[in-house]
Formats: sequence, structure tokens, C-alpha cells
Amino acid sequence: MASVTYDHVVKRYTADLTVVKDFNVEIKDKEFMVLVGPSGCGKSTALRMLAGLEAISEGEIRIGDRVVNNVAAKDRDIAMVFQSYALYPHMSVYDNMAFPLQMQHMKKDDIDKRVKNASRILGLDNFLKRKPRALSGGQRQRVALGRAIVRSPKVFLLDEPLSNLDAKLRGQTRIELQKLHRDLETTFIYVTHDQVEAMTMGDRIAIMNAGILQQVGTPGEIYDHPANLFVAGFIGSPTMNFVPATVDNGTAKASGLEVTLPKPVGATKGTLGFRPEAVTDRVVDGGPSMQMKVDVVERLGSDQFLYGQVGSDQVTARVDPRMKVDPGDTVRLGLDTRSMHFFDAESEKALI
Amino acid sequence: MTIAVASPTSSTTARFSPRWLSDRLGGFVLHVVVIGLTVAWMVPTIGLLITSFRLPADISNSGWWTALSPPFKFTLDNYSQMFAASNLGQSLFNSFMISIPATVIPVTLAAFAAYAFAWMKFPGRDWIFLALVGLLAVPLQLTFIPVTTEFVKLGLTPQHLTAIGLPPFIPLWLAHAGYGLPFSIYLLSNFFRALPSDLFESAEIDGAGTLTVFFRIVLPLSVPAIASLVIFQFLWVWNDLLVALIYVGGVATVAPVTVTLVNLVGSYGQNYQLLTAAAFFSMIVPLVVFLSLQRYFVRGILAGSVKG
Repeated sequence: MASVTYDHVVKRYTADLTVVKDFNVEIKDKEFMVLVGPSGCGKSTALRMLAGLEAISEGEIRIGDRVVNNVAAKDRDIAMVFQSYALYPHMSVYDNMAFPLQMQHMKKDDIDKRVKNASRILGLDNFLKRKPRALSGGQRQRVALGRAIVRSPKVFLLDEPLSNLDAKLRGQTRIELQKLHRDLETTFIYVTHDQVEAMTMGDRIAIMNAGILQQVGTPGEIYDHPANLFVAGFIGSPTMNFVPATVDNGTAKASGLEVTLPKPVGATKGTLGFRPEAVTDRVVDGGPSMQMKVDVVERLGSDQFLYGQVGSDQVTARVDPRMKVDPGDTVRLGLDTRSMHFFDAESEKALI
Repeated sequence: MTIAVASPTSSTTARFSPRWLSDRLGGFVLHVVVIGLTVAWMVPTIGLLITSFRLPADISNSGWWTALSPPFKFTLDNYSQMFAASNLGQSLFNSFMISIPATVIPVTLAAFAAYAFAWMKFPGRDWIFLALVGLLAVPLQLTFIPVTTEFVKLGLTPQHLTAIGLPPFIPLWLAHAGYGLPFSIYLLSNFFRALPSDLFESAEIDGAGTLTVFFRIVLPLSVPAIASLVIFQFLWVWNDLLVALIYVGGVATVAPVTVTLVNLVGSYGQNYQLLTAAAFFSMIVPLVVFLSLQRYFVRGILAGSVKG
């Protein structure tokens, strides 16, 4: 159990190739922190620097109060679950889990106790003698978790552990992982490119793009108050609507939409952002409204998504499933201005 | 084909379709070619085997295939004469004394070296590896004179080694190890390199040092590669005549089976029938080695490691 601090951390491969730039995050003790971002954004590198698999070019990483820059991976008191599981194929499930303990020269009885305990938690009791190749994907994944659990590390590192599982199992394992986190009361750092995993599992989320940390916050904060255009577009599915707009006297004008901004933004050009669920089929008198020429209608039972043109911009709307709309129709839709964002044209930072 | 066997209805509709026909025909042609090649390859060996059971007079008068039709005139004389004429027991012992260390030494060294080349970072690694691969192209014969000269200077001759109480086989062990190393390192490091890097990183975090990783992860996973290498190297050393002749010469107490066999045949080619029997006899050992190591060629030894 310990906090983890990234203090101005840089990872540079060559003079021209910097994959993590001035990375600052403080992960609290027992927190479930998710590092999320598109592939190649540096999130895995950030995790691997903490694991001790990559050298740190600049800055400091601390686990608790200890600076671990020059501490060997095995002495950092961490455990890592790899995307590929990285099980030892020639060893039984038992030996796979016992391996890290044997490396610590732990007594046989203690090893046995810990492995048995971990296998009970993970429901692997009946598979201890099997080789990894005789297990299903989900079981292998649990063995990989078991190998991490037995060490009772201070920090758990998980590098996209769910991406090799099928959709149903992924949902199930997501819940099991959260339960595990509660039971173990340990710091978890979880890397993923999947924003749904990030939103559902993280106590807090750190979003990265192109090696730069974009925003850190709880899922709610990030969803409701994205710090910039990238975060706004990355989190949420379907993605937030972005329409270019000009501002004149407190009113934002887009090609097919006019909105009075709730507060002054101090810019004349930018991007208006609103989530699909902010677009409704109820038009409030005097409130903003738009005419949408509907191209595609998706009925999901609980939701109905309309994809269409508003002026010259593409807009997605999430409306009541009972609303009768067909492709080709033109409908009048309202906009809930409470969850509206405005991003600066230059810096792409959120002004509202 | 998978569609054809999936259900009875589809199999009847698919039968005699062009696809079915080409699959069948392809399979048939493939089998004919493989069987034909195998037979063609084996004909000389079978001829040798049959010749070894024929009378010397018959061997020089008619082809071995004539023995396959009556009257059958087979004999075991060649084998009994061979055992009587040569010091075969001693040569067999020598062959083992040469072949086993000359296999174990280079394969062991190669495994360590290959691991370093594949997974350890040190300056000049790629250049050294390149030079090593380059050594594969050096003809064996080129080394005979300089190496023999050095061996004599260092006292690595059978006579001298026996005199000071060391095994007289040392020059052959060293020579065979040297000749076998470049290929062994090349083969093994290519195999080691193909092991998934996640395994090494996982082991590193688990606290395994370089040697532990080597002995507990790399070696067990490389059994098929090492087994094939052992077979290669053993066969090469067991069947070698040239290297043994050069470095230990005709010293009877050190000569392996190959050298003894050659000496059975007179310089005018007489006693040819003994050679056929002896050649067959010397093939038994490599065959046993091959068959006993065959079970280690486990397919898919890495299955279950890193795939979901």
C-alpha cells in the first residue's frame, strides 16, 4: 500500500523522439487510477517506467516516499499484469503463481498458503495442476492476476489486461477487478485505450495524448468538464458534437445553430461542443433550437440515435426512443445549454 | 474440405464439384511425390543393406537387386568377419568418447552464448554476431594446418596427452566444438529471439536474475531446438572421418569407428563386402539417438503463454 508520484517525468528515446513529456501525477494510496489515451500516447511507457522495465530520462518516480528511478524492477514491490498475460507456458498454474515467491526464497509452506489463498479468491482451485495451454482466455487472465496477488505488492500495474478477452467476459472481468481492488485495498494503476473501461473502473482517470497529460480527474469531472477538445472528444460514446462557431456579443453562431453562451468567453472564434444527450426532441420556448436533416437512425431499444446535418455540420442526437423519425426527415431539436462547452480555436482549451 | 465434412447434406452436394476434385487430386499428387521421393532416397541404402548379406563373389558379379529373386543366397559371414577382423569394440568406445563430449560442450556453450546474443545488451553485440555468422562460410579444410600446428605446439596430441594422463580425445573435443559453435549459436539465438519478450519482462518483475531466467524459462522452452541441435551435432561428429583422421591420425587407441572402417578395406578395394556390413553397423547408433530424441519435438510448446 503506497502512493505513487510522477514528478516531471520524461521519457526520451532519441533527441527527436520523446514519448512522455513532463508527466506529473500523484496517485493516492489505495486508489484505482486509470491511464487512458489512444495507442501510442505514452501511457504504456509511463507504466513501464514505474515497473522498472524502461529507464526514466528525466524527473522522478516515487513509490510512497522512496524514489525508485534506480531501483531494480524486482525491488520496487510492484506486480504487473501484462496484456498478453505472459504466463510461463511450461509451468503449471500453481508453479506460475509460486514463481515470484520462489524468487524471494520464501518458505515452501508460506508459498503454498499464499498460492492456495490467491487461487481461492480467483476461483482457480481446480486448475492448479493444469498448464496454461489447457486454460481458457479468462482463466489465463486470472492466473496472471493470481501471480500478481500472491506477492501482496504495494502497487498493482495492469497493462490493458482485458483487451484479449471477448466482449462478454470483458464486462464480467471488469466487475471482478473492481471487487478485487476493494478486497485487496491496494493501489491499482490500470492502462487502457478503452474509454468505457476508464469511465467504469477508475476512481480517477488520467488522459494522455501524444505523450502529454491532458487532464486528471474523476470520471464525472472529466465527462462533465473536459479540459480541452481532445478530452471532450475522447471520452463519451457516441462522441461529443463539435461545430465551429463565431462569437458575437455573447452569442455563438454556427452554420445551423445559434446559442447564447452562459458566460463570456473572451474569444471570437472557436468550437461549440455538446454531447448527443444534450440534444432533445423538446424545444423550449426562447431556447436554442436546430433543424436536423436526418441521415441515419439507430434504435437501440433504450435509446435512439439520430445522425444528421445541422446547417453544414454533422450532429449526433440521442433522443427519446418513442420519437418517430425516419432517414430523410427534417426534425426540429432543442439543446440543453447546461451541458455545453466552448473550446478556443487556437489553444483548443475549454473556455466553458 | 471443411465444408464438405461439416454435414452429410453438404458433403453430397460438394462431392465431385471442381473444388472437391482439385482438393482430392492435390492430396493424391502430394502423396505420390512424397512417397516417390522417399523411395528414391532409400534405394541406395536398401541396396547397401542387401549387399551386406550377400557373398563376396555375388557382389562382384551381379547387382544387388538380383538377390531379390530366387534362388536366395544370403549370409551373415560379412558381419562375423567384420567383428573378427577389426578392433570394433575399442573403436565404438572411442566413438562414444569423442561424440558425447563433442556434442555436449558446443551445445552448452552455444546455449549460453545464444542467450546473450538474443536477450542481453552489450556493446558490439550485432557486429560480433555478424562475424560469427561469417564463420559459417569458412571451409573446414582451411583450418587443418594452422590448428594442427597449434595443437602440436600446445602438446595436444594423443600421444602426449596419454603420457601426461589426460584423455587423448581432447583435440577432437576442441576441434568439433569449434566447428560446431557458429552454427549452434546461430540456430539457438534465432530460436531464443523468437521467445515472447513479455515472458522476460514478467520474470524480471518477478525477481528472476539472468541465470534463473536462462535455466528456468529459456532452456525448458527451447527443448525442441536444443534436441534438434544435439541430433545434428551428434550425427556430424559420429559420421566424421576427416577431422578424426587429421587430429588423431591413425592412433588405434583413439580412432573412432569411421577410421577403423576405412582401414578394413584394402587399398585396392578388396574386402568391399566388409565395408557394407560395417557401414550398416555404424548407422545403428545415430538411428537410436534420433529416435530417442524424437519425442522432444513437441509442437506448440509455447501454446498458452501469451495468446488470448
